[in-house]
Amino acid sequence: MRRVVVTGLGMVSPLACGVEETWKRLLDGKSGAGQIERFDASHLATTYACEVPLGDGSDGTFNPDDWMAAKERRKVDDFILYGMAAADQAVKDAGWTPEDEESRLRTGVMIGSGIGGLQSIAETAVLIKEKGPRRVSPFFIPGALINLVSGQVSIRYGFKGPNHAVVTACSTGAHAIGDAARLIQWGDADVMIAGGAESPISEIGVAGFNACKALSTKRGNDPQAASRPYDEDRDGFVMGEGAGVVVLEEYEHAVARGAKIYAEVIGYGLSGDAYHITAPAEDGDGGYRSMEAALKRAGITPEDVDYINAHGTSTMADTIELGAVERLMGEAASKATMSSTKSSIGHLLGAAGAIEAIFCTLAIRDQVAPPTINLDNPAIEPKLDLAPNTKREREIDVALSNSFGFGGTNASLVLRRVAG
Amino acid sequence: MSDIADRVRKIVVEHLGVEEEKVTENASFIDDLGADSLDTVELVMAFEEEFGIEIPDDAAETIQTFGDAVKFIKEAQQ
Repeated sequence: MRRVVVTGLGMVSPLACGVEETWKRLLDGKSGAGQIERFDASHLATTYACEVPLGDGSDGTFNPDDWMAAKERRKVDDFILYGMAAADQAVKDAGWTPEDEESRLRTGVMIGSGIGGLQSIAETAVLIKEKGPRRVSPFFIPGALINLVSGQVSIRYGFKGPNHAVVTACSTGAHAIGDAARLIQWGDADVMIAGGAESPISEIGVAGFNACKALSTKRGNDPQAASRPYDEDRDGFVMGEGAGVVVLEEYEHAVARGAKIYAEVIGYGLSGDAYHITAPAEDGDGGYRSMEAALKRAGITPEDVDYINAHGTSTMADTIELGAVERLMGEAASKATMSSTKSSIGHLLGAAGAIEAIFCTLAIRDQVAPPTINLDNPAIEPKLDLAPNTKREREIDVALSNSFGFGGTNASLVLRRVAG
Repeated sequence: MSDIADRVRKIVVEHLGVEEEKVTENASFIDDLGADSLDTVELVMAFEEEFGIEIPDDAAETIQTFGDAVKFIKEAQQ
């Protein structure tokens, strides 16, 4: 089977625009949460979220003008803008903007989203109600469709290989990276631009997740303490937005062009809960089987796993995942570190799995596990080190990343350090 | 320049992101100003909104240039 490595990273997160700036703030234990500034949220049950910091582009702020011209931006929902920004960073980081036709034919794109253009759909529905169907923009549909991140990226760079988009709620980003890696393994492409993008922070998005009783509501006076995975006082997830995109590349292809290699994608596992539309199976069996399948594909044992980036959303489901991980790891649990970076950046839904795979890649590069912030009082005594409030400098050869989504969809990725 | 022409030019500049000087009498939205077929649909919608008129689809197809647009709107308003 052809080997697949990560050669480029790109990110727009609630901590910062850019991979390195986000990573630095993550390791420092910073939180991206705050009162919602994008719109007036004072009438909603949840008034806070992890918004991308807007600004002039300096000091880690996100300046939309840096990534898409105003004329083009008008035609797309924000999730596409974030996806384009992350993809641009990733292809430049990889040094992969080929001009020749053969290279472009062998490069594909698979960037998904959990919900896509939710805000555009809401605004257009109101417009129809108020002004009638003739006022609907011709850019409404292509600006809201989930696969239009992949479409826009392919158009910008001329990538003519497989063009696809994953939609599996909060496992989207992980499934996209796993599926894209398989397309390379099978020879459908030599390079894939893969990841997820999401922009759910809107009245309809917050109200919808509030109705599911999924969001934290009790920390209006201290939003930065709201996302607290595994903590006794957690009361729901904090919504985030942004995008994570990686460049995946066939190993020999990367070596031949002298590309920087961050890590190898050695395992990918998928499973379904067949249990409930929003809640995970209480015994954590779906997550367990997804991790087990990923380890089997990687040809490794639990003892080989050094770091686990948990799904850990700061909901009741945290302890279910923890139980599944402990069952998987067995005796090896005591020497692994697991953290939930959602404690810092919130839950980016369809972008979460991609951003968390990037954090695993950086954990391998820098030999450090990011902390789980706000973990002051664990709900149960864990058998693993959850890195409460402090990063862990430690040996990390193998990292496992979990993503679980509504509908009972589970994905696990395994990344490994590449020698040399 | 008439008031109508100024208002049409402003819409074209905003929607297509072009320099004001390029929006001349015979400038074609598609051939000279970089619009695609969806852009022209949106432009016509913007003209309808700005001038409170209705431009039927078959009429919209005849509006190819800046001059066409100004002429159509002037006549529609009479």
